Amino acid sequence: MTSYRLPNRGRVDHRKSVRFTFDGKSYQGLAGDTLASALLANGVHLMGRSFKYHRPRGVVSAGSDEPNALMGTRRGPGRFEPNTRATIQELRAGLEATSQNRWPSLAFDMGAINDNMGSLFSAGFYYKTFMWPRSFWDRVYEPIIRNAAGLGVSPTESDADTYASRFHHTDVLVVGAGPAGLAAALAAGRAGASVMLVDENAEPGGTLLSEPSVVIDGKPAWDWLAQALAELAGLPNVTVMTRTTAIGYYHQNLVGLAQRLTDHLDTAPSDAPRERMWKVRAREVVLAQGALEKPLVFDGNDRPGVMLAGAAQTYLNRFGVKVGDRPAIVTAHDSAWHAAFDLADAGAKPVAIVDVRPAVDTALTDRARALGIEVLLGRTVTGTSGRLRVKSLRVNRMEGGKPGAPRDIGCDAVLMCGGWTPCLHLFSHTQSKLAWDEALQVYLPGKKTEAVQIAGAGRGLWGIASTLEDGATAGATAARDAGHDATAQTHTVTADRTGSGVTCKELPTDKDPGKAKAFIDFQNDVTAKDIRLAVREGMRSIEHVKRYTTNGMATDQGKMSNVNGLMIASDALGKAPPQVGLTTFRPPYSPTTFGTFAGYHKDATFEVTRRTPIDGWAEANGAAFEPVALWRRAWYFPKPGEDMHAAVSRECRAARASVGIFDASTLGKIEVTGRDAVTFMERMYTNPWAKLGVGRCRYGLLLGEDGFIRDDGVIGRLSADRFHVTTTTGGAARVLNMMEDYLQTEWPDLKVWLTSTTEQWATIALQGPNARKLLEPFVEGIDISAEAFPHMAVAECTVAGFPARLFRISFTGELGFEVNVPARHGLALWEKLMAAGQQYDICPYGTETMHVLRAEKGYIIVGQDTDGTLTPDDAGLTWAIGKAKRDFVGKRSLARPDMVAKGRKQLVGLLTDDPKVVLQEGAQIVADPSQPKPMTMLGHVTSSYWSDALGRSIAMAVVVDGRDRDGQTLHVPMPDRTITAKVVKSTVFYDPENTRISA
Amino acid sequence: MLLIYCPYCEQDLPELEFAYAGEAHIARPADPAALSDEEWRDFLFIRSNPKGVHFERWRHLNGCARFFNAARETVGDKFLATYKAGEPRPDADALLASPTGDAK
Repeated sequence: MTSYRLPNRGRVDHRKSVRFTFDGKSYQGLAGDTLASALLANGVHLMGRSFKYHRPRGVVSAGSDEPNALMGTRRGPGRFEPNTRATIQELRAGLEATSQNRWPSLAFDMGAINDNMGSLFSAGFYYKTFMWPRSFWDRVYEPIIRNAAGLGVSPTESDADTYASRFHHTDVLVVGAGPAGLAAALAAGRAGASVMLVDENAEPGGTLLSEPSVVIDGKPAWDWLAQALAELAGLPNVTVMTRTTAIGYYHQNLVGLAQRLTDHLDTAPSDAPRERMWKVRAREVVLAQGALEKPLVFDGNDRPGVMLAGAAQTYLNRFGVKVGDRPAIVTAHDSAWHAAFDLADAGAKPVAIVDVRPAVDTALTDRARALGIEVLLGRTVTGTSGRLRVKSLRVNRMEGGKPGAPRDIGCDAVLMCGGWTPCLHLFSHTQSKLAWDEALQVYLPGKKTEAVQIAGAGRGLWGIASTLEDGATAGATAARDAGHDATAQTHTVTADRTGSGVTCKELPTDKDPGKAKAFIDFQNDVTAKDIRLAVREGMRSIEHVKRYTTNGMATDQGKMSNVNGLMIASDALGKAPPQVGLTTFRPPYSPTTFGTFAGYHKDATFEVTRRTPIDGWAEANGAAFEPVALWRRAWYFPKPGEDMHAAVSRECRAARASVGIFDASTLGKIEVTGRDAVTFMERMYTNPWAKLGVGRCRYGLLLGEDGFIRDDGVIGRLSADRFHVTTTTGGAARVLNMMEDYLQTEWPDLKVWLTSTTEQWATIALQGPNARKLLEPFVEGIDISAEAFPHMAVAECTVAGFPARLFRISFTGELGFEVNVPARHGLALWEKLMAAGQQYDICPYGTETMHVLRAEKGYIIVGQDTDGTLTPDDAGLTWAIGKAKRDFVGKRSLARPDMVAKGRKQLVGLLTDDPKVVLQEGAQIVADPSQPKPMTMLGHVTSSYWSDALGRSIAMAVVVDGRDRDGQTLHVPMPDRTITAKVVKSTVFYDPENTRISA
Repeated sequence: MLLIYCPYCEQDLPELEFAYAGEAHIARPADPAALSDEEWRDFLFIRSNPKGVHFERWRHLNGCARFFNAARETVGDKFLATYKAGEPRPDADALLASPTGDAK
């Protein structure tokens, strides 16, 4: 092994080595490593290039806040993920990792030229640099920027993994399994509350994993941790989940959890989901997310080898990895001193501890000197050197508030600590308020909006003793609030590491601050001078500063950068931080895969597919299908060698010449019954219903209260108090909702019951001159002769032995019947009719033929020929309005000034001058094709087909004042030509006398 | 996802079961023909859209299917009360002053 792994240190398994590759090179790590710790153990600090300047970057953190060590990870086809954080990805055998944002290689990257052109890429450079010439934007600047920008590479194959989701209810949800979270779970769990404890890391313990020297309840920290976890495991009311990130905190204590299930396994079981989304509804939430360490802001603070001191301590104690032999420490907080001590104990030789504070606790300085570490207080740091790895640190004494002469200190790592930010992202998701604490110089939780406790470092507490105590109190409080009799346990802690620090803006420098590359946001390459520039250029709100500089807008959501950015912005503005404010944290807490959000909702289970009872027959008989709302409908039935055009022409001919059969089961059906059914129908629909006889049907037109067409359908009266209402296929649910709305809230006095019967009936249409001859032998109970059962008749009878509602109606213009039988008999009836229909060359037809036949007759499809802005008059349906009716839904709107004004678009027929040309539906219509662009549009084509019956194309269109333009030639400009067509006032192209329908 | 108390089912149930149905307490005029164009326009289109307590209609679509009314505080997006259709509009200030802000 390499010299950076320390035997007998850390929680990794030193006996179990794991092979992996990084940029094609093979490395060895240990079971229990993260990708980052394994690379560090091999002496690899250079892990990526930055986004904008392509500067070489090393790992900065040891957690989910990592901005630099983002990699592509791969596990076979369809299993590639960009921007995996190397600090979170656990090592597994055969893991393939590749670095990002570099070409041709990580060590030599052409894009690094951006680094020398930094003045071009200052804050707001998108808005300033590429302004001129205007025409260069689309062709030159944008393609280049798009090619160079972007984080990682998108996967090119569809995701081969599956994802799961689950709901859960609990008394207490504890987020974070560090000392505060563990103490909270123990307090609430012992009280009998149901508890869920989650942590984003591979193992619970939080800070305890990095602080093994602390003694709790008389035991070394790791022994205490094992015992606490064993106790929690023994409590049946407690669930502990690791690798589980609380990504969002929503209303009424709903917390979203993203659980990673297989990414850490050498081989993922084929039947296991990769990740699972939990939606947890908790009576009480305890947030114990700890605090996030801040970098210090100085020139060159982004060189590989410069990292957070706390991260170095974690790599040492948790993974047994020494991040350097001669680290220099730069800090504003006591915590980094302990990191230096631990490294010294492990055999590293820390060269110096540089503290910006002029005085610190003498216990710290004494210990440092005893370990042979140089102590430099009241200093500033003004630079680093080294190309792919830091080589030295430039330190200046502060004299009278100004940096004095510099001194270079040789080192192989720089461990920095700018203090700690309480992690309150989830708390902020709830619109709860944060309050600036002047003494601690941090934001702490303010007014709560949910039933939540914040515990530990999230409240600004420091040290294991105080966080344990605070966690126990929070857990007990939560359990009590959830109705359990709970008391907070106490813990005794010795060898604790308490401490404090100060909050800084960028460190003072003796060099030109305009040339300093002092990074705040590492991932988005935002420096201190970018923030100051944004303020100079007029940004006052922190939200504007954020967007102008992109500070905090990277995938780490500003976990490291927000507070440093705020301190510098408030200094530049001359205001106190709380007057400048903090940007809003939004879910998800850390990057979450689309798969986790999608869960089961993909492929066949993305949404339901509704199928009619005859769907299987259609499939077996070679139907092509089309989706209509959630239904799949038979579109046409091609015979071998036929294309769609040939099949549809044949189907149309068959229906007009003999008989066609059509599955109309998807039509919406609503049963309207009750004493006041006719009154209700009078009020809802435009048509008159009172005088419609039992056994008769009528075309019904439904408007919204705004007067626009909402739906239509044939409605049959079965008895004085019972109507069989049909709706469009896609409109059934909306119509029922609208009817229920009026019935329940406007006319609750009406005795009416509404029942959706769409799926209870199978509906089979027989259309064509031989329809009666085919059907007649099957019908019992009524006479369906032309005289006894005329067009628009309805009756209950028996068809082929099945109870049926028989309508004589036509959506084709031919003699037609629609037979409704209970859905379970639909297929049997269809097959009987098909068999008997062979003598008439019966032809099954699909929705496309249905559309052509209805268009030949000028029958509209609501939603195709209307678009929510057409009145009955616009659509030529004034005849469907009951003139004598005092009121119906939408009537008053029909008299509004805009509805009766000239210039409305009206539905008309459109016949192309060249009968062979079929217009495109949606094509725009103009009066003068040579007018300058943008042209004045008169309307558009709504329906357009080849009509086999007429031997030419036909179309319907909505056109401004269309009916006044009868005979006028209009133009349809297309990309390659302009088509001329004549307006015809009537949309009825076929059999305008309606002789066939009443045969 | 909010929990909504259905006043008919008498239970707190997830928002997924419900459908929003616009502002409440806007009754359809008994005789629309008697309204001026402006009055009818206001009935059709003009809504209060307040910052604060909004009285609105919901339907327990995937449950009992009943329409009911709710008072929701639009800044914090919290239900202050739900009540059956036809019941009087509660007092907004009293709802805001209620310590629980409970949806019952």
